Amino acid sequence: MLKNYFKITIAVLKRRKFFTFISLFGISMTLTILVVVTAFLDHLFSAGYPEINREKSLYSMTLEQIDSKNQGQQSGPMSFSFVNKYIKSLKLPAKISLTSMVSTANMYRDNKKIRVFFKYTDAEFWEIHQFDFLEGKPYTTRDIDNNEFMVVINEDLRNKYFGNGVSCIGKTIDLDNQKFKIVGVVKGVPITRPHTSADIYLPYNTTKEDLKDPSYRGSFAAIVLAKEKNDLPKIRAEFAEIARKIPIVSQGGFNPDKINIRLDDYVESFLINLFRREDNSTFLYSLLVLIALIFMSLPAINLININTSRILERASEIGIRKAFGASSKVLVGQFVVENIFLTLIGGVIAIVFSLLIIFYINTSQIIPNSDLAINWKVLGVATIASLVFGLLSGVYPAWRMSKMHIVDALKA
Amino acid sequence: MITLQNIEKVYRTSTIETLALNNINLSVEKGEFLSIMGPSGCGKSTLLNVMGLLDEPSKGDVKIDGKRASGLPDKELSRFRNEKLGFVFQSYHLINDLPVLDNVELPLLYRKISGSERRKLAIEALEKVGLSNRMKHYPSQLSGGQRQRVAIARAIIGKPAIILADEPTGNLDSTMGNEIMDILMNLNKNEGTTIVMVTHDENMSKKTDRLVRLFDGSQVM
Repeated sequence: MLKNYFKITIAVLKRRKFFTFISLFGISMTLTILVVVTAFLDHLFSAGYPEINREKSLYSMTLEQIDSKNQGQQSGPMSFSFVNKYIKSLKLPAKISLTSMVSTANMYRDNKKIRVFFKYTDAEFWEIHQFDFLEGKPYTTRDIDNNEFMVVINEDLRNKYFGNGVSCIGKTIDLDNQKFKIVGVVKGVPITRPHTSADIYLPYNTTKEDLKDPSYRGSFAAIVLAKEKNDLPKIRAEFAEIARKIPIVSQGGFNPDKINIRLDDYVESFLINLFRREDNSTFLYSLLVLIALIFMSLPAINLININTSRILERASEIGIRKAFGASSKVLVGQFVVENIFLTLIGGVIAIVFSLLIIFYINTSQIIPNSDLAINWKVLGVATIASLVFGLLSGVYPAWRMSKMHIVDALKA
Repeated sequence: MITLQNIEKVYRTSTIETLALNNINLSVEKGEFLSIMGPSGCGKSTLLNVMGLLDEPSKGDVKIDGKRASGLPDKELSRFRNEKLGFVFQSYHLINDLPVLDNVELPLLYRKISGSERRKLAIEALEKVGLSNRMKHYPSQLSGGQRQRVAIARAIIGKPAIILADEPTGNLDSTMGNEIMDILMNLNKNEGTTIVMVTHDENMSKKTDRLVRLFDGSQVM
């Protein structure tokens, strides 16, 4: 029966080429955008270079101090001493890294200005993340204890500053009126991974920030790596206990009466930064699903119209099939299957378009160092989206046509 | 085999009501070849559609093999049509996007029959109407007579007990018309198929066992 449906689908597609073009164009464009957006979301939220341990990592990016009496609130990264005292003291994690938010500076080479992003880290940063060292190695705890002024830079900066592929280990660079010895060069990280993306990585001992400042707010955040994914709830519980005991202190006329600080998984920390809402992963997932559904439903409505007129042309065939024993349910099945064939063809075209667009995004440096890809997960989403799209746009016209009176259908 | 009791069919629009069939009582016996005649618009095709369960009467009962068919749910009605009835239409009603063989095997798609068995039966049906050499052709590549023979092959493939033919020779010249009539008569005589045929042609009706005449929706003979 499927073979028969397939034959008729192909025949109908060939019969009205312009309609077919409009249908396939609408379907493939919609699915292309969905596939590219899915690839981008996958790139954002799935573990990728160098954050391959995301699944068993927790992040504490923001400390929130609330003055509920005066409805005041301050939030932002934490001070070095706060992270050291309250987060680094956790016992259960395998490793805990301390890293600053990214900052910008200008460097000059041959009278050319190079704008760079830099961040301060500890030595554990290199152990939690799996950077690809093109040359050299990371700085160590001993280097930090010895107050060495050394840096790791990324490939892009090396190429801009020293020339393409020129080895620069042992050479120095000037940053913020200080000289740093380069000890390593890493493959660049996309800017969409803000925890690890930078042009220059410096050991925290070189920061001008007062590391002994006891105030809570500063420019640091923490990344916690669990031994196993299963340990994450226990680590959260351990930290919640610590957080409960953090003294609430007033500073500069701001008198908070509550502190919010948590260890979040990657998606939660991303969303909190994006939407400034607590406990909002369900909210964001729902939002994304809603956007995807609205996005698919608009062209689906358009396709419903096209399909309805296409199926109307086939009224006589509907009459014939009914006269010879097809029930309304069987006919709905036939037209939905035909529509799914059509959307799957659109899905294949969409994959080709998506590959071209992703290739362009990755090579054009619209997103520096981006590594968008169509993997099995993205393919799965594309297939499900095609099926949902096929169902959305096929069921209503099929149901309407299947209800057509046989005699009227035969006369059409 | 087919019993129509007090059949009435009314077509209603917002302004007008048309009585297409008025108190029709008719029985068709097993193995009978019945023809229905009458002027255009007298309700011949409507009567055939009601008999073939393609249209519901406004009043009255249709019984086939003693079973009341009107009012059955869609699924049962579809199965009933599929197993008991075969249709031949004046304008053939073939699916132009499918080759002859696929058109013929269409009724079997709605039965639990394997693809290879369907093919075998479709070829047999085409052999019966002398068109086994046109299996891969599309309807648009055939003459009117050939198309009607394909339609007959489609009507008989499921071995239905009854064939309802609505002016099967109406679009054909007399030679082709006679060929089609011969095939129908052969089915009736040799295979015992009950046939009800609407026709305008007195000569064709003379070849059948019985003639029913309609006038303005009423049976006059």
